[in-house]
Formats: sequence, structure tokens, C-alpha cells
Amino acid sequence: MKKTFALGGVHPHDHKISAGSAIETFPVLDRVYISMSQHLGAPAEPIVAKGDRVKVGQLIAKPSGFMSACIHSSVSGTVASIEPYADLAGNLVKTIIIDVDGDEWEEGIDRTDTVVREITATKEEILKRIADSGIVGLGGASFPTHIKLTPPPGKKADYLLINGAECEPYLTSDHRIMLEMPEQILIGARLMMKALGVTRCLFGVEENKPDAIAALRQFKASYPEIEVVSLKKKYPQGGEKQLIDALIGRRVPAMGLPIDAGAVVQNCGTALAVYEAVQKNKPLFEGVVTVTGDCTEQQRNFRLRVGTPLDKMLDAVGGLPDKAMKLISGGPMMGKAVANIKAASVKSTSALLVLTEEQTLRKLQTQCIRCGKCVQVCPMGLEPYLLNKLAKASRMEDLERERVQDCIECGCCLYTCPAQLPLLDNIRVGKAQVIKILRSRPKK
Amino acid sequence: MSSTILITIACLSALGLLLAAVLYIVAQKFKVEEDPRIDDVEALLPGANCGGCGSAGCRAFAERCVKAETLDGYFCPVGGNPVMKQVAARLGKEIAEAAPRVAVVRCSGSLDNRPRTSIYNGEKSCKVMAGLYSGDTGCRYGCLGQGDCAVACPFDAIEMNPRTGLPVVNEERCTACGNCVAACPKGVIELRNKGPKSRRLFVSCINQDKGGVARKACSAACIGCMKCVKVCPFEAVKVENNVAYIDFNKCRLCRKCAEACPTGAIVEVNFPIRLPKEVEVEKQA
Repeated sequence: MKKTFALGGVHPHDHKISAGSAIETFPVLDRVYISMSQHLGAPAEPIVAKGDRVKVGQLIAKPSGFMSACIHSSVSGTVASIEPYADLAGNLVKTIIIDVDGDEWEEGIDRTDTVVREITATKEEILKRIADSGIVGLGGASFPTHIKLTPPPGKKADYLLINGAECEPYLTSDHRIMLEMPEQILIGARLMMKALGVTRCLFGVEENKPDAIAALRQFKASYPEIEVVSLKKKYPQGGEKQLIDALIGRRVPAMGLPIDAGAVVQNCGTALAVYEAVQKNKPLFEGVVTVTGDCTEQQRNFRLRVGTPLDKMLDAVGGLPDKAMKLISGGPMMGKAVANIKAASVKSTSALLVLTEEQTLRKLQTQCIRCGKCVQVCPMGLEPYLLNKLAKASRMEDLERERVQDCIECGCCLYTCPAQLPLLDNIRVGKAQVIKILRSRPKK
Repeated sequence: MSSTILITIACLSALGLLLAAVLYIVAQKFKVEEDPRIDDVEALLPGANCGGCGSAGCRAFAERCVKAETLDGYFCPVGGNPVMKQVAARLGKEIAEAAPRVAVVRCSGSLDNRPRTSIYNGEKSCKVMAGLYSGDTGCRYGCLGQGDCAVACPFDAIEMNPRTGLPVVNEERCTACGNCVAACPKGVIELRNKGPKSRRLFVSCINQDKGGVARKACSAACIGCMKCVKVCPFEAVKVENNVAYIDFNKCRLCRKCAEACPTGAIVEVNFPIRLPKEVEVEKQA
């Protein structure tokens, strides 16, 4: 039997309609909008000023604290302004706007396709390169990678797990990079193993991508320490805690981090970015993005520079269809609805999804009938119906006791609820408040 | 037979007396000394337990009042000045009369004034909506219209107007407890002085965008044009972050600012209807 995580999970239809289209390079636009908040933590601090000339790959913003990341220019041209610009949720974020002029790359970036196999960098050099290249987790949370690869003192990882599950419906960007650049990803994984000092690495890929599994396994002889594991298709397999359970059968303790189970999980896109940063000296300023939807004319995968406006991405697949009702940045389960079509892509943008009215409009809510389906599918073993009620009543102490802070916001409960209750909507509000309370408590 | 009954009664009576004595001794020994004034003050308070005073309920407020040296800063918004006077009299302390306040909704972004830019289809809750995005209109500051304030009001003083999509405060019922202010994730609601004869003026907009952007999103937005600042004879109006604010302590209700406002963002409440200028001229003639 194929491996998967034990608790909960759902099986949405995978709709991987763009899986067959190869990665195309998206044309460089006239203007890009590079957000200063592309990672978890404090926004980066711009180090360029209006009117400055910048090159592709040039550092334009430096981290403003421990939990922060570098940001590099994705284009060459002139800084038009540094101002608050609305992100996809409509909230203002400090943004560097660059008028593009030519495509001049920073010296030292290896732009050839040759695969650099030999690892010469030391552990410290790899970590420094990753931090200097502004790499963040490309699985969605945008956690700065160099911090994740430096476990806190007293804790030790014995496994590196690479996440190639791509369990979200519609998304195919990870699938395409595993298919087209398998060896580079494996080298990236090897680099991270060296940085972590671990000897074992498991690479989890869901069974609905047999070609990607085969592409990775053809290098088995060259990379014997990395084992590619075919996983049973189940959402949310790509969640860190779920992947750890699926691959090595360990459970992360409540309120704990993956490192408490002796594992570090990295997305396969992050592995590719690490390869490019360390072996090719190329900072993170572009990524592969799926632009898809059942109603769009085409469904394609692009290699896209950071800061490309979302409406330009839509134009490349035939424009916004008349039937379109909702745009989502990311997958349909965990992605964020796009309220501002002029918003620009960020490092961790993995997809732009167009949904029709019948796919998105919520159905009429009825009463909770205590069927327990949400409890069955919750991959964290929580009781969503109860958390929903407690969050609505603002009963923070009870929420904390029911471990609302362990919720990974995967949306399985909402997906499965036969009464169409907005479980996750309320739980998310409660979780945010409980975490705020926990942070405000004095540390023991 | 009768002796069994008598013995039973005697035993139980003796036991009862013994336990009563124990209870009495324990009650005397571990007696909690409580200021009797707390009970008196609590009896004077309205008993709404709304939390508007900042204490966790009326009893907690009563305890704080009794312990406090002066009653400065202690105010029960529900009972208002009459109740606070009684409390002060019971405690033998001085209290200054506080101006009665009322909640005002600082947003005029009705469905007509503020075109919707997206359809919100999620849970009917401002808190949830604010967590997801900046709102379903071009204005990222204004009322989200899901009615969290109406739900939070313990006095049924707020209801949502279905025609405008904005909350309406019933000033007869509003006690200025502040629950709606806390419930609003956008900070649209403010507690302001009720004003003489309940007349008051306020800027019904908190949009901090530049004039053009704000105006595009909402036809009743404050565009920060400074006209109100210029006409105000009392220096009561200030423009900060592209939005005007009237200081109710300085405002003398002359209404010049409302007249000057090009977008109608300054709202006047409970004033007699102003006659159009031409009509006044005719009258004089």
C-alpha cells in the first residue's frame, strides 16, 4: 500500500489541466512592482532610491530583522518610485516600482543551462548564499529558508524531506519543474542536506505525477542518499506535518515544529532555488507559475519574474473570460482570493486560478447536524464544528484548550461540511486572536 | 415504637444543633470582611454588565469605585451623570459632570455613494471579512457592512440599514458603552460628545487615501481639501493623513465647515433644516 498520512484528509478532484504544457518564459514587462513583504516576518528595507539604475539580480532591499529576507530586482531599469501599493487583498504594502529598460543581468550570474553537479561550498557558505539570495519557502508560507535550515540549539534534524506532493488541485508548477529540472532539484536537496548536516533525505511525490517520479528516479544511481517516495493522492499531503507523517511516520507534537520530530521539510521549488543560488549564483527573483482555470482559453506554466501584475498574466492565457467569477492566487483550497487584479506576483506565487460562478459561490448555509464529517477529515485531529462555535462566541480560553493554534487552515472541514458552514472562516479569526494572546503572555 | 421516633428526633435535633454551632463558629472565624458600600454602589448601578466602564461587570466597577481615592476617570456610561452623582453621594466623594456621549458611524459609504468592486460571499462577519481582504469597495478604510457592531451592541441601539448597507445608531438607546467601537475591525465607530440639544457635527469619513483616490472610491469621501479648516473660526478642524477631524471640545456648532465641504463628508445631526439661501432672501424681501 502506498504511503500517506494517517489522520483525516480529503480527495478533491485534481483538475491538473495545465500539466501537459511545458514551462515558457514570460516576456519581461515595461514595469514591475516588487513588494517588500514577500516573506514571513518583518518587511525588507529598500536600499535603492528613486531614479537609481538597477540590474537583474541586484540586491534592492535588505532584511530589517532576524525574521526577514533579502529582495533582488527581477528586471533591469530605473526605480520609478518607492510607495505603498495595494497587494492582492487590497492592503497597502511598501513596493519598489521599476521601469524596465533592456535586460541587463548582474555580473556573476551563470545563465547557461549546464548542470553544475560538484558541490564545493561549505556548510556556512551554503547558508550564507541562501540568505543572501533571499530564498524563502516556496510551498506557500514564505518562511525564510536560511532560518529553517538552522535548527535552534539543542534540536537536531535527522531527515530532510522534500515536498513534491503538490496536493492542491489545478497547480502544476512543481510538477513541471520536477519533470524538466529533476537533477537540479536533487542537487538543491543535496546542498540543503549538507547545510543541515543530515544523511537521509526523502522526496515525497504524489502518485498522480508518475512522469515526475520517473524523471527523478532516473538519477537514483547518482544521488543514492535521496529516496523518491510515491505517495497516495490525498489533500493536504503537502502540509509539513502531514508530509512528515506520510514519509517517516512521525507525529509533530502539538504546538511543536517539524524539527521537534527530527525533520526539516522543504518544497521542491525551494530546492531548485537553492541550487540556482549556490551553484549558479542566481538570487531568487523568478519562479514557475501556473495560470489556469476551466474557463480560460489556455492553461499554461510560465517562468515569471517577481513583480509581474496579475492582469498581465491573465492576458497571456487569453484574457479574463466572461464566465470568470473569482481569481485565486494559489490553489483553490488554500489560495487567497484576488481582490485587486493590478496586484503583482511575489516570490511564493505558485498559480493564478480563474474560477466560474458555479465553482465558487457559496451555497445556502443550514444547521450543523453533528455528523462529525469535519472531525473525520481534520488532518490535525481537531474538532472544527466545536472550534467554529467557540470562535463565534469569542471563548478564547476554550479555544486554546481545544488547540485551535494547531489548525493549519487547510480547509478540509469547510470542503466537507454538508451544511455549508463557514467553519474555517471563523476558526481562522479565533486562531489569530488566540495566537495574539499566547504571544502577549510572559515567557516562562 | 414511639420511643424509636423520639430517639430519632432527638438524635437528628442534636446533630442539627451541633452542625449549626460548627457552621456558626467557622463563619465567624473565616468571615470575609467586605465593604458594605460595594453592595450599595452595585445596587445603584444599572446592572447591564456591558463593560463600558472598563471593568468586568458592574460589581467589579463598584469595587473599584469604593477603593478609588477620587472618582476622576470613573464613569458608568449606561447610567450616566445621574447614577454617578448617586454613587458619589453614597461614597462621599466629589465627581465632575461628564458630557454624555454617543456612538457615531464615521462612514458615509452607502451602496449609492460607494460602488462595489467585488462580491463578498463569505461569512456575514466584519471580523472574518477584514481578515480576508481590504473590503468589497475601492475604499479600504470604510464600513464593511456585515454588522458586527449591531451584534455587539448590548442595548439594541444599532441596526443595519438595508438600503445604505451602513449601521444606524439609535441615540435614545445608545449608552456609549463602547462595545461597537471594539467590535469594528476598521475603527469606523467613534464615541463623541452628544452635544447641546443632541446637536453635533462630525466628519463621516476616515479614508486616508489622497483626495483623488478617495473620491474615486466613494462620492462622499473626505478628500482632505482643507476647506473646512479654512472656514472654521474656532480652529476645531484638523486635517491629518488626508482626512479631516473635528475636535468636539473646540467645535461651537456653527456649521460653516459642513456648508463648505464639497463632498458632504461632514454630517450635521439634529440641527433644524437649513433653508436654501434663495428662500431666505425671498423671506427678507
